Formats: sequence, structure tokens, C-alpha cells
Amino acid sequence: MKFSESWLREIIDIDLSSEELSAKLTMIGHEVDSFEIDGGGLEGILIAQIVSYEKHPNADRLSLCQVTTDGKNRISIVCGAPNVKQGMKSILALPGKMLPNGLKLEKSEIRGIESFGMLCSASEVSLGLDSDGIMELPQEAKIGSSLLSYLNLPDHVIDIDLTPNRGDCFSVLGVARDLAATSSQDIKYKFNIKNNITATVEQSIKTAFPDLCPRFSAQAIVNINNESTTPIWMTEKLRKSGIRSINPVVDVTNFVMIELGQPLHAYDLSKINGTIIPRFANEDEQLVLLDETKVELKKNTIVITDDSGPIGMAGIMGGLSTAVSSKTSSVLFEAAYWPPKFMAGVARRYGMHTDASLRFERGVDPEIQKIAINRACELLLLICGGDAGKITDIKNEDHLPKGSTIKLTARRLERILGHEIHYQEVSEILKRLHLKIRENKDSWVVEVPSYRFDLEIEDDLIEEIARIYGFDKIPEHTEVSSRSLFPLDSGLANIEKIANHLCSKEYQEVITYSFIDDSINTLITGKQSKLRLSNPLSSEMSTMRGSIWPGLLNAASRNIARQIDRVRLFEIGKVFEETNHSHNEIEQVAGLITGPSRDKHWSKKSKNVDFFDIKGDLESLLMISSSEMEYEFVPDDNIALQQGQSAKLLLNGKQIGSVGKLHPTLGKRFSIKRDVYLFKLEIVKAFPSILLNVKPISKYPLIRRDISVIVEKDIKASDIIKSIKLIEPEIIQSVKVFDIFEGNNIEEGLKSIALGLILQEKSRTLTDQVADDIISKVIISLEKKFSAKLRE
Amino acid sequence: MKKISEILKISLQEVDKAPDLNSLDAVRVRYVGKKGKFTTSLKLLGDLPVEKRPVVGEEINKAKSVFMKTVSLRKTELEANALEENLKKNSIDVTLDGYASSRGGRHPISLTRLRIEEIFQNAGFEVKSGPEIEDDYHNFSALNIPDNHPARAMHDTFYLDNGKLLRTHTSPVQIRSLLAQGAPIRIIAPGRVYRCDSDQTHTPMFHQVEGLVIDKNVSFANLKAVLHEFVACFFNKDVELRFRPSYFPFTEPSAEVDIHWGEGKWLEILGCGMVHPNVLINAGVDPELYSGYAFGMGIERLAMLRYQVDDLRVFFENDLSFLRQFN
Repeated sequence: MKFSESWLREIIDIDLSSEELSAKLTMIGHEVDSFEIDGGGLEGILIAQIVSYEKHPNADRLSLCQVTTDGKNRISIVCGAPNVKQGMKSILALPGKMLPNGLKLEKSEIRGIESFGMLCSASEVSLGLDSDGIMELPQEAKIGSSLLSYLNLPDHVIDIDLTPNRGDCFSVLGVARDLAATSSQDIKYKFNIKNNITATVEQSIKTAFPDLCPRFSAQAIVNINNESTTPIWMTEKLRKSGIRSINPVVDVTNFVMIELGQPLHAYDLSKINGTIIPRFANEDEQLVLLDETKVELKKNTIVITDDSGPIGMAGIMGGLSTAVSSKTSSVLFEAAYWPPKFMAGVARRYGMHTDASLRFERGVDPEIQKIAINRACELLLLICGGDAGKITDIKNEDHLPKGSTIKLTARRLERILGHEIHYQEVSEILKRLHLKIRENKDSWVVEVPSYRFDLEIEDDLIEEIARIYGFDKIPEHTEVSSRSLFPLDSGLANIEKIANHLCSKEYQEVITYSFIDDSINTLITGKQSKLRLSNPLSSEMSTMRGSIWPGLLNAASRNIARQIDRVRLFEIGKVFEETNHSHNEIEQVAGLITGPSRDKHWSKKSKNVDFFDIKGDLESLLMISSSEMEYEFVPDDNIALQQGQSAKLLLNGKQIGSVGKLHPTLGKRFSIKRDVYLFKLEIVKAFPSILLNVKPISKYPLIRRDISVIVEKDIKASDIIKSIKLIEPEIIQSVKVFDIFEGNNIEEGLKSIALGLILQEKSRTLTDQVADDIISKVIISLEKKFSAKLRE
Repeated sequence: MKKISEILKISLQEVDKAPDLNSLDAVRVRYVGKKGKFTTSLKLLGDLPVEKRPVVGEEINKAKSVFMKTVSLRKTELEANALEENLKKNSIDVTLDGYASSRGGRHPISLTRLRIEEIFQNAGFEVKSGPEIEDDYHNFSALNIPDNHPARAMHDTFYLDNGKLLRTHTSPVQIRSLLAQGAPIRIIAPGRVYRCDSDQTHTPMFHQVEGLVIDKNVSFANLKAVLHEFVACFFNKDVELRFRPSYFPFTEPSAEVDIHWGEGKWLEILGCGMVHPNVLINAGVDPELYSGYAFGMGIERLAMLRYQVDDLRVFFENDLSFLRQFN
């Protein structure tokens, strides 16, 4: 909320400098967003009168004005404003003056005629945005006097960021009242305004649904002079609050809203048909608003109606049919209480957001309506004259919020704050907050005023006391914890181990969004996801990812486009999978490699990565886990990967991950033309936490034997190795492929596999004889199972 | 025949002068070979009178032994020289890169998260996590944010077609952890959060760390202390803190914390407060018996301050040139 420092000081005479005042507001919870000088740099700008003017002889759009600042001497000014007229009072800057916008005035010749200064627009002196013409001042402005003293400038404009619980501070009065709690000064405001009732006019109003409208105050004023203009003291206050002056009636409603926090609406009384009734809108109703937009009303919107139908959206914006204009001579002011529960989010559903809706959503004071009507009436009579009718004030206490009564104990106050505040000081703070208190021994019974509906429980009062006492005065004190030790979370530890391992394997961690393009998600996972956002920011961020791969591919694509040749990425995060009734969030690690297998190096020619690069990285990653885990790579058809270069990873027969080469068609979707390899692992399943079963090691020497066999090309190395290990599991410690080739003197469709076996006995030295026997058995078995032929 | 001592003297000079192993061997042969001078001298012993033979014989043997020792020493010396010569030929440019000289690295958000976790873990906080797809109850209602509460409008929530939502803060972990393990509790909960907002200072996904301590007699004074200590540890220097009254539906009193950053400049870094009794009740904790504090901070914000990064969005562009700086 924006308002001027001088307005605030009219209501509270507080002994603080401008800077202290701003800091104080922030420190009691009304964060000052900006605190800016208003009317700075305007020294020397004078009030002047245009004595006469004529068209510039050499330019159609310019006038040659004779102005005076003392009633005698004339100053010639060339002026381009369209609104110059004889006798008009405006503002004059003389040569040598630097304007706030940085323009330095010189005596100058404009199209052959000398100009001895400049008549300024509001925007040229930074007093508003109006740049259509020179600033026009009321006739009572005294010529020759400085603009600053006439407008009581400079001033400060304070913009505070109100928290949603403090609707009561959505007014200068409210802010002053809160500030008063920190000071020995109380607010000064005349609440009991009495206007003379000189007319019998009274609008008929019925609140048929008191829960929707527990309070409705209204007053008609007739015979107003619609030629009156709003006085400068009011337009200045409004300007500093960021509100443009329209006409006296509208200006008065805005003024009272900023002053008291109660939004008002003014109807042209002559345009109202019959009885005013607030109710919920019907579904097929429409309304043309003040700003001439036509809205289709929704069922849960409260509207004000007369006999003709809706004439306004309650607490949001009035309708065009009953709007006041420059011809209006009788008005009806409305000040209602619209309960926040019916207002919350309503304006937003129409894409609207008004000063009134903001206040009603947060809640206005249910006791202020009549005061606001009286204030508006007083101001309008002052400006436009006229005759006021009697106030209609319909009030249904059952549906109005009541200020609560709360008990506060010194014990809880001290327990929550960790600091003792003296009993008398607490009483003092409560009183300065305008809370009625009854003092008991070590406790207070507190009665909360109508506008502080945010105070409901004891802890709310504790906050009030701490806030006014000063958070900074509460000392720091480290607590003693009674929390016992807790078991380690091996899952979290694994995540860090995985990440660090991949880093040492030259993978760079990335973080990509959890929502991705729906069609990409379907292409990568092979499934249409139901976990879609109803309000995505864009279609690229519309579906909860079923895979981390698209994020990695986007990141790779971006980096390749930036001429980074060798890309190795990983991400750890959740993927989302729907289940029958709900969904699962699965923690995964996924990786991507493309480009050369190593950085360019003087020692070796570089080669591009292939399947075994990524598989090797994955194998070494799995070694984080216990050596007893038997991970198995099995050929797989993953929809995202290229057939024949894709494997699924199993642990105890269950899939825990995938690895392989990205299908080139998918690569194109990401503008990647080269080979990309990917892996993914489910962290919890891939790294189960088990206790290691350590076995004693053998002290006896081991024997290495190599054999080479020729088998059919399609036979998998892993099948051969598995079958060999089964032959003499106690003695055959390991089997490794150390060479593999096709062609040359190997027949078409066959391949040669060279295997190295390590043999060792647990409790004695293995003899050559036994080793030879085992190798013979192996060869016979391979011949039988795989039709293998021993290579000599 | 020359005197033996004379022969020895000359022989030793020759050994010393031998420039390489081959010449040394030639010297050796010249003195102790079949026709060598010492060998010949021994052979000529027979020509001497019998009584002189043992004396002269011993003299020759001694001289021979001295010669052989000297040859052996010289040989070791020459061999060592030869090896050095040979090794010199194998010298390499040691300034060239080693075979594996690069390393990947963690994302700056992860680094910052780990730093925060480590600081709090040292103070006995347990690290917890919670679901990112949440329900209205845990994200809002249980945290004392009922339907139509104005605070909901400030959260810019992403909703899913199935009625669930993406958590807008890590605070639901407070409720879930309390329901699961009850009080006393001392946790932090880092993680991804989501709000439908995207501009220079907002990304639709970002990271928060939630903190929650519930115990008997936990107070606002304790909250002030823990955050002050945390900030000092995080930035590795004592930083002045300012607790400003604010509003969160799930804490009472609530505060925003600013740090003093540069001359007269206060920067907001986190929100905190004493856990609202309604939240405790919703999580099955008796507010008469227990009290506690909670705080929530943006990891990106802290990362930006720590690394002096001024654009939030670079964290999610995953540009390797940017990320590699943190390795």
C-alpha cells in the first residue's frame, strides 16, 4: 500500500525522522518496499499566471504566452501545450533551473522567438504522469509563491508490503494505529462525524441473504454541484497514493478508502431502479462494468442488484449503468462488509484485481462502514455542497466477526519467546495496541477490537508483544536438545557416494526440471502419463517426468550446440509413475555420454564412446555396493534405445536399470545427430543395504589357465562364463574374456573367444594334475552345451 | 725386473685413467691376465733365491689384491656413470598432461545443499525428505492454511489433473515427519519445490531447506541462536542478522530474516517462526507440552550469495562452461 509520509503524520504525530519512521515500519512487520522523496529538486519553480497568449507566428502547434509572477512584469514564454488559456495558473521554471528529469533550462530561441523559461507539465516536475499539457493549478494559488510551499513539498511516498493477515493496515489510519503501539503518541482522528441531514431522500435496500452481506451502509446526497473540482490537498494525497483524480465523487470514495480502509462505491442515484438487493449471481447473468468490459457472471459471485438486475460486482467493481459521471447531481454512497470467505479468489477468477477486492479479501473492519459513509458525506458536502439524506445502516450481528477474548499467561509468553518481559511492560504494549485488558496475577484477559480479527489465540498475542517489544531485543540462546541419536540413513549416503563416484568418472551433475514435454515423455517411456499439470507454464513443462533422460538430452543438445564436443552428464532425482490409485516417486540416477571417450590427449588417438564405455562406468558405479551383489546385464528392447545395443540391468532377477545407445530417431527430436549412450538406475533397488558376509581368503597359490574356443556368433559371453563357473565352483575363482574376434581364418558366423581362468583351492595347494582335469571338464562341457571347438 | 711397488703405482694410475669399462678391462688384463705383469712376476718367483721367495711372493700378492680392489671400485664407478648416461636418453617432458587429468563435478545447488546439510547434521539435525507431488492437506490445510486463505493466492500452485499438486514449499515434510516419529524432533528437509512463476527472479522449480525443531521449552531465543550460528557457519564469517516480524500461517510469531550485506544493505534470506499450535495439533503433538521452531530457506538464494551469481536462471540452463567452474 502506498501513501505519503505527511498524511500518516496528520494522523499520528510521531517523534521520528523520516528514515527512522521507515525503519520502524519495517521492524514492526510492515516491510517498506520503497521510501521515495516526492517533489525533490523543485526549488525555484514558481506559480505563474498566463496573462495573454497568441499563436506562434512560425509554428502551428506553439503558443507565445505572456506570463507574470508578480502581477506587473511580463515574461515571454514559448509553449507547446494544448491547454494554455488566458488567466490560467500554472508553474514556471526560469533559465538556469535544472528540472528533476535532468533538463537544464536556458534562455532560448524557438523558431525565431525568444523564450525566457518554461511552463511545465506534471510529469516534467515528477509530480505524476500527466504530460498532456502544462500543470493547471486552482485559481486560489498565489502567483509568485514557490510550488513547493504551495503543495507542502517535499514529502515522502511510502510503499509498504502488507502481510495477508493485516487487512486492518490497508489504510493510513490502520498503519498509524499500529505505529502508535510503538510510541507514546496515540492517533488523532475524529470518528464521530455529524453531518446535517437536509433531505428526506432514502434508497430502499434489502439484505435478503444476511450471511452474504452482514452489513450494508448507504447514504444518498442530492443537489450536488457537479461543476465543483476536487481540492488540491485531496488530489495531492491521492496522487501520492498512486491514484488519479477523476471527479469529486470518485475522488472522495478513493480518499476514504485509503484513509480508513473501507472501500466505497458511489452510484448515480437517479439511475438506480427500485430496491437494492445483494445476492449471488445467477449463472446466465451478465454485467457491463464501469470500465465497459462485459462479464459473464459466475454463480459464486455476489452481485448488487436493483429491479433491473445486477448493477455491480460486490466488493470488486461497480456497473456502468449506475455509474457516476460529470453530469451526476445525486449520488448514493455504499459501504458494505463482504465476508472474506465469499471474496477470496473471486476477482482473480475474472482476471481482475482491484483496490476494493484486495481489501475485502483480507477483511475490512466490520465496525467502520458507518464512519466511512459519514466521512465521505462530509467531504462531498464540503466540495460539492448538496443535501444529505438519512444513513441506512443494515447490520446483522450474527454474521459479523466478533472480536475475541483471549487469555494470555506470563508463563507461556516466556516459554515461547525464551525471554521474560516485565509484566507492566506487557500490559503497556497491549494497551497501546488498543486491546482492552484485564490484569490478573501472571496473566491477562484480552479483548480484541473488531478490526483485529487476525488475533485469535494466545500465541497471536505473543507475536504482538514480541513485535512491538522488538524481535531484536530478544537475546539468542542455544537450546539443549533431548533428541536421542538416530540410525544412519544409508539411502542418503548412497546418493552422495553415487554422485561423487560419477564425478570422478568425469560426469558433470546437472539439475533439470521435473516436468517435461508430454510427447517426449511418451516417446521415451513408451507410456502416456496421466501425471499432467492442469496449469502448466508451457507445453514443454506439462507432464511429470517418467524419465530423467529427456532432461539430460536437452542439456546435452544445448552443450553440443555450444561446441562442447565431449559431454558426460548425470542427474539424481525423482521420476514419477502413476499407479492404479495413486503414483510413485522413484529416486533415480541417470547418465549420458557422447563424443570422444577421453579428452584430446597427446598420447593417443581419440575414439568416440561406445556401449562398453558406458557399461564400464555403470559396472564401476555398481561396485559401490557390496561385492556379493550379482548384477546381470541382459539384452533388452528399450523403446528409447537402439535394438541390439541396449541392455537391462538385473539384480536377483528384478530390473533395476537400463543402459544402451539412444535410438537415432529420438536423437533427432533433440537435434542431436551423433551417438549418445544413456543409463539409468533405481537407487533404492540397485543399492540395497545388506550386511557384508566376509569370507576367509585362501593362502594357497593360484594357477592361471587360458583356453580359446570357437562358437557361434550369437552365443553370449555371459552364458559361457556362467556355465564354466558351475563346473567346479569351489576351485574356479574367476573367468574373464581376454580376447574376442571374428573373420580371418574363422569361418563365417562363428567367433573365437579366449578365456582366462583362475583356479585355486581353499585348503591346499592346487596341483597341475587337478587343474588339467578341470580344464578338460570345461572343454567337454563347452563342446556339449555350445558346440564349441577348442582352438589349438 | 722393476720393483713391485713401482708396478703397482703405475697400474693404479692406469686404472684411474681408464675412461670406460672396456679400457678398464684392458688394464686388468695387462696386469693380472695370463701374461699380465703381476702374473709374470709370480711366474718369475722361481728365479729368486729360496729364502727371498716368500717375502717377494707375499709382496706381489698384496699388490695384486690392492690392484683388483681398485679395479672393482673403478668398475662400479664406471658402471654407474654408464647407467646415468643411458637413463638420460630416456628423459621425457614432465609438463605434458597425465593420462586421466579431468574430473566431473557436482552442481552448485547440490554443493550448497550439502554444505547446509553438513552444518545442521553437526548440530544433531536429521535429514528427511518427502514427496514432491503432494495433496492439499499436507501442503496447505495441515499447515494452518485453510481454503480461501489469502496466503494460498501467494503460492502460485501447480495442480495435477488428478487433483493433487506440486508442493509449493518443503513445509509438508514437517507434518509428515511429525506424524511418523512424533516429538521431540530435530530435522532438516531439503528438496525441490514448485511454483508457477517464471521470470528473471523466479524459476518454476527451485530448492528449499526446511528446518524443524520440536522439544520441551524450545523458544524464539533458540531460533535466533540457531539461525545466527548457521549463517556464520555458512558464510564462514560472522554476519549481522535482522529478524523482521512477518506472517506465515504455520508459524506464530513469524519472522523474515535479513542479513547485513554490504553497506546499509539488508538482504532477505529466509523465513521462520515458532510452530503454530494448530500445526502441532494437526500433527498430533500437544502444544501445551511441546513447542518448537521452523524455518525455510531457498537454496538458490544462498548459492547466489555464496558464489556471487546474480542470475537465478543459470542454475537450470546446465551450461557445462558454467557448471565446470564449481569442480
